[in-house]
Amino acid sequence: MSNRSLRLTVAAAAVLALGACTGPPAADAPAGAATGTATDTASTADEGLSGTLTVFAAASLTDVFTTLGEQFEQQHPQVDVQFSFAGSSALAAQLTQGAPADLFAAADETQMARVQEAGLVEDPKGFAANRLMLAVPPANPAGLRPPEGQPGLPSLAEVLTSDVTLAVCAEEVPCGAAAAEVLAAAGQPATPDTYEEDVRAVLTKVELGEVDAGLVYVSDVAAAGDGVVAFAFREGEQAVNRYEAAVLTAAPNPAAARAFSELVRSDAGQAALGAAGFPPA
Amino acid sequence: MSRRRRDGGVPAPLLVPALLAVAFLVLPLAGLVVRAPWSQIGPQLASPGVGQALRLSLVSATLATAVSLLLGVPLAWVLARSTLRGRSVLRALVTVPLVLPPVVGGVALFLVLGRQGIVGRWLFEATGFSLPFTTAAVVVAETFVAMPFLVISVEGALRAADARFEDAAATLGADRWTTFRRVTLPLVAPGVAAGAVLCWARALGEFGATITFAGNFPGTTQTMPLAVYLALQRDPEAAIVLSLVLLAVSLATLLLLRGRWLGRTVSA
Amino acid sequence: MSLEAHVVVRRGALEVDVQLSVADGEVLAVLGPNGAGKSTILRVLAGLLPPDGGRVVVDGDRVWDDDTAHLPPHRRPIGMVFQDHLLFPHLSVTENVAFGPRSRGVPRAAARAAATAWLDRVGLAGLGDRRPGQLSGGQAQRAALARALVGEPRVLLLDEPLSALDARTRLTVRAELHRHLTDYAGSAVLVTHDPVDAMALATRVVVVEDGRVVQAGTPAEVARRPRTDYVARLVGLVLLAGTGAGTTVALDGGGAVAVAEEARGPVFVAVRPESVALYLERPAGSPRNVWPLTLVSATPHGSVVRCDLAGEVALTADVTAASFAELGLAPGAQVWASVKASEVAVYPR
Repeated sequence: MSNRSLRLTVAAAAVLALGACTGPPAADAPAGAATGTATDTASTADEGLSGTLTVFAAASLTDVFTTLGEQFEQQHPQVDVQFSFAGSSALAAQLTQGAPADLFAAADETQMARVQEAGLVEDPKGFAANRLMLAVPPANPAGLRPPEGQPGLPSLAEVLTSDVTLAVCAEEVPCGAAAAEVLAAAGQPATPDTYEEDVRAVLTKVELGEVDAGLVYVSDVAAAGDGVVAFAFREGEQAVNRYEAAVLTAAPNPAAARAFSELVRSDAGQAALGAAGFPPA
Repeated sequence: MSRRRRDGGVPAPLLVPALLAVAFLVLPLAGLVVRAPWSQIGPQLASPGVGQALRLSLVSATLATAVSLLLGVPLAWVLARSTLRGRSVLRALVTVPLVLPPVVGGVALFLVLGRQGIVGRWLFEATGFSLPFTTAAVVVAETFVAMPFLVISVEGALRAADARFEDAAATLGADRWTTFRRVTLPLVAPGVAAGAVLCWARALGEFGATITFAGNFPGTTQTMPLAVYLALQRDPEAAIVLSLVLLAVSLATLLLLRGRWLGRTVSA
Repeated sequence: MSLEAHVVVRRGALEVDVQLSVADGEVLAVLGPNGAGKSTILRVLAGLLPPDGGRVVVDGDRVWDDDTAHLPPHRRPIGMVFQDHLLFPHLSVTENVAFGPRSRGVPRAAARAAATAWLDRVGLAGLGDRRPGQLSGGQAQRAALARALVGEPRVLLLDEPLSALDARTRLTVRAELHRHLTDYAGSAVLVTHDPVDAMALATRVVVVEDGRVVQAGTPAEVARRPRTDYVARLVGLVLLAGTGAGTTVALDGGGAVAVAEEARGPVFVAVRPESVALYLERPAGSPRNVWPLTLVSATPHGSVVRCDLAGEVALTADVTAASFAELGLAPGAQVWASVKASEVAVYPR
């Protein structure tokens, strides 16, 4: 318990710290609520669940789902939760190739639709949203910053210059599709130098200082803590990813999958997501 | 006698596992061919992205092999012929990339040659040049992963070659460099060729270190394996076509070089 | 003048400490069993192995090796012929022979001309374009000789040059080698374990055992008066050590041998096996050297049977196959052996 609350507090602090440089936060996450409600919502659970629960989840969910998974295991001691985190499209490809899983949590509707068209899931439910921010290394080698004294969010074009080294996700993965969208909306202020396989790879390259900037999710910025500095921008509000979760029709453990999906959408789950930097859906 | 001829003289305890091994190694490739969307191959191949990725793969693998030859053959000589102390430690060190996960190699390259890396930082400050995300970075990543194959192969050839030929050359007035150039190198040429082919094939298939260190940008750093991996997430059929192209190129190269070089052995 | 060498090399259990001196036009054979350090000596002279001590001096004042200096092999004016020719397999025969001059800076055309001329001299005219693999063993070794001699080396080193050849080829190549060694003006050192090579080719012989020189002299001296069992066996003699007292030598191992010449003090007695006669009964008449011995073993040896005998005096007798059959001998048989005193060589130890 104490471990988890410490973690959530740190995450919440990171979001608050971000607020300082992102200007007005889009929405205040009810971070403080997380620790209080976590165990109370356990009432929905414990219908004699057991066995292994396999969750395929988007890479951006790594931290928050790991926390929720531990919580779930506490509520259902008989259940062992196994996660596979990767780019949503890679996971979708694995699922269509017959990878065994109980629950799929995708970072956008497109990848969920791929799996749904293949007849592998029914009735996906949205549980979070995410939008892009421009992350730069703490040293900010390219000196990127929004113009001062301007009301509201700046445009990406006002922050980015064309000569920066920019990393984005490959267009095949959700964050890449969103990146292409915001860059187009901003009038292509810069050309990416590399298309990374998932959002965590973009974040890593920013943290290492090997690129001047990267387009990553607001939740990743929260996860990176002091590793990066990030700016919100106007176009990001238009390209919002909707995260969806669905139980696989062939799930070996559908009951546990449903229970975990409910946990994610419960107040506690939403609070944890909010604390991890995910704006509400 | 006739029975012996029919089964090639292979005893059953060896024959059965050997056939299983063949099936295991060949069936996936056969699957690739069987499942290929042949009708789409034309349009897929005509798409500029494929040509670009293929060209980049061939160029970077060839450059990586050239660099490996330039640096790896002398290293192999040092390992095989010199009397330096700590040679076995050196050998272990330089062959680590053989067993290292390539992604780890990519991260390690970042730490040294990246813009913030130990060497790369100095280079960036002095010249403004940053290696990652350039085609040169692809060559560096491929060389890092593939050169040990060449070194091991050439070192083996050097050890197998009769060092007394080098003594003979010395008694004929050839200094060590002339001896290396005119005697040692020609003697181990088949080994060098085999090593170069191995190295080239490894570089052509390199994925982990490349995507980590060089990134992924069409035309600059997106080689065929990267294109295959990303295509698999969007359009599995395109991935199959790309894989087929890579398979065909590798096969053609191996067959071509096998006929020309690998069949020949040193006759002392 | 010419080559003066004191070679000291320590390699594990073997310690080589040998002094050699070879005059111009002289061929010195270094004769010894395998593992005696012969090839080590040659590698030191070639510069391939820096010695642990001693010195190698050429022409009285050109130091190749001493405590402070070591001239690397490629800067020594030497030619070397190896046991298995070691022609470079990737070069043609002409290119092999031209390799030395090319390495020493002779222009290409001149080097090829010299190579062609030398191939002519060793009887390989017209074979220059072949690869070494297309030559017979004898041809390859002649090409190797041409390769060693084409640069007119100051010192010629021959390391078992004939031992890889079959018996027939060895005869012809030995004759060829003899011709070229006779013409050769520099100092030549021939390492061999075959006494016939040493006798046929060398002007002087040193016998090396366990890294030491145990005997030195002309081939005839060494062949006639071996000083160790090894040399005696090589030249087909039985060697017995003893102390001379007039015309009788008391052997160190017991027994006595009558000799024709007067001998005093420590001496060697050498007996040729073919001079030993065997009888079933004690021979009549008056041979002075008659011993009852036991036949230990009998091995066919060309047209004779070599009989090893034990008893008062350890002897070896060569008897014809016919007499061996007539005597009906088998190992364990008791025989009488006799040698005429005039057939026994005696010389000081």
